[in-house]
Amino acid sequence: MEKLLDQFSYGLFFWQLIILVVLIVLLAKFAWKPILSALEAREDGIRDAIASAENARKEMQALQADNQRILQEARSERDAMLKEAREMKEKMIADAKNEAQAEGLKMINQAKAAIENEKNVAMAELKSHVSSLSLSIAEKLLKEELANKDSQTKLVEKMLGEVKLN
Amino acid sequence: MVISKKPIGLLAVMLLGMFTSVTMANTVTDTTHTTNETTTPVEHVVQETEETHAVAHVEEGHEALSPKEKITEHIQHHLLDSYDFTLFSDEETGHSVGFSLPVILIDNGLKVFSASKFEHGKAVANVDGNYYKVYHNKIYKTDAAGTLEMHEGHPINEKPLDFSITKNVFSLLLTALILILLFSSLAKTYKKGPNALPTGFSRVLEPLVIFVRDEIARPNIGEKKYKKFMPYLLTVFFLIWLLNLIGLTPLGINVTGNIAVTFCLAICTLIITNFSANKDYWGHIFWMPGVPVPMKLVLAPIEILGIFTKPFSLMIRLFANITAGHSVVMGLIAIIFLFKQTLTTGGSIGVSMLLTTFISVIELLVAFLQAFIFTMLSSLFIGMAVQDHHHDEDHTKDGLGEHDNAIV
Repeated sequence: MEKLLDQFSYGLFFWQLIILVVLIVLLAKFAWKPILSALEAREDGIRDAIASAENARKEMQALQADNQRILQEARSERDAMLKEAREMKEKMIADAKNEAQAEGLKMINQAKAAIENEKNVAMAELKSHVSSLSLSIAEKLLKEELANKDSQTKLVEKMLGEVKLN
Repeated sequence: MVISKKPIGLLAVMLLGMFTSVTMANTVTDTTHTTNETTTPVEHVVQETEETHAVAHVEEGHEALSPKEKITEHIQHHLLDSYDFTLFSDEETGHSVGFSLPVILIDNGLKVFSASKFEHGKAVANVDGNYYKVYHNKIYKTDAAGTLEMHEGHPINEKPLDFSITKNVFSLLLTALILILLFSSLAKTYKKGPNALPTGFSRVLEPLVIFVRDEIARPNIGEKKYKKFMPYLLTVFFLIWLLNLIGLTPLGINVTGNIAVTFCLAICTLIITNFSANKDYWGHIFWMPGVPVPMKLVLAPIEILGIFTKPFSLMIRLFANITAGHSVVMGLIAIIFLFKQTLTTGGSIGVSMLLTTFISVIELLVAFLQAFIFTMLSSLFIGMAVQDHHHDEDHTKDGLGEHDNAIV
């Protein structure tokens, strides 16, 4: 201990103190301050980047959920539309069927009526034809019958004979 | 601090082991010493005649030292500060490679001269009519002849105020310069924006800065207040670490193993701790809340003592660890000279290198560990001084009074 005290060099202590203080001041100004602030800035940057990445991830997730939902909606909508279309188709088919049936019936009826009409007309025509034909036949017959006087008188007599005077 | 105990304990064991081996070696080699010493006196005669030419009045008796004593002296000399930066020297010719550093004395005015005037302690420096002499790495005022009046092994000559740029001061300046260069270059990389990553060596430094911030300052001082103390903690951490590492190089620098340096660092922690302390800290020291009054009276002196023992432990821990490490490494290198006879030259070099490499690896760990522990404990002390004691305030405010806190 005595030896240590004896060896103690105040000159060295003095210089060490000065060098240390100057070194601290110089390094603090030119090294530690920029280094530490840069490190801190970098760490803050990394923290921010991580936070924003996390946010982006969350947003992405939300977006994906949204997409899923929209997809689901679209799917259900499509299903509904398909169903509706199918229903409509069936209805249309049924309607068309009904309509066609009605139309057909109507046409048949019309045809029937027309046929009846035609028949009637033809009938009438036939009737008139027959009547005129019979008339002309009758006329011809009469002309033939009554070509001479004898036959005329014979006929008249015959007819008169037929007509019984009651 | 569980981790710190292990290497220190290991070091202690190694130190113990080394001592026993050294003493063992001496008893074995005693017989060979006689043959060895027959040659050494001849050299010494030559040396002494040289020395008497160079320095007339050397009080130290330069009698023949045994290798063991020489090694001890060399280790002690290494652990101390020095006025010149010697890289290596040749003992026989007295030639040394290195450079002298400026000596600054305050003795009736400022005296600045080169340490080369001392000629490695052999000569008396004459500066403006005053004579100075170095004895055991201390400068004493003396006369032209360089006589030192010894009293119980210590010179009692007047010592001028010594503010020399010694080897340690020079190393400190060098280290400070390296630190400034390293970290200003790291700071420059961030000029392009915080996301510009450092390149090259700065890439190593950035995680270390983050380590000090996240592992040392934040958990000990607290999230809110740590920023204020970061410059001190970072500077001290890197300064101690770099000094420790430089101490492991063959340059022979031993700055953190000097008590004045560790004392200065510990004083800084003491000052910062106590000047940033809040009311609660002082309250806990002088009038401990939550204990009965007689206990308060007993605790106050203990706590006051605690203010000083905490930095004191910092000072001693760093000093002792580094000094021990340097002693062990140098002692292991000395095996080369001590065991030359028993193990042959190649064998002793092999054994020494093996052990030195092993210890040096541990020393690398210790270099980091001591810097870490010093910074860690400093931040712990600062944290204790600045933390908020919500806990105690809440209890004294409620109706139960202070007695309740004793239970809590």
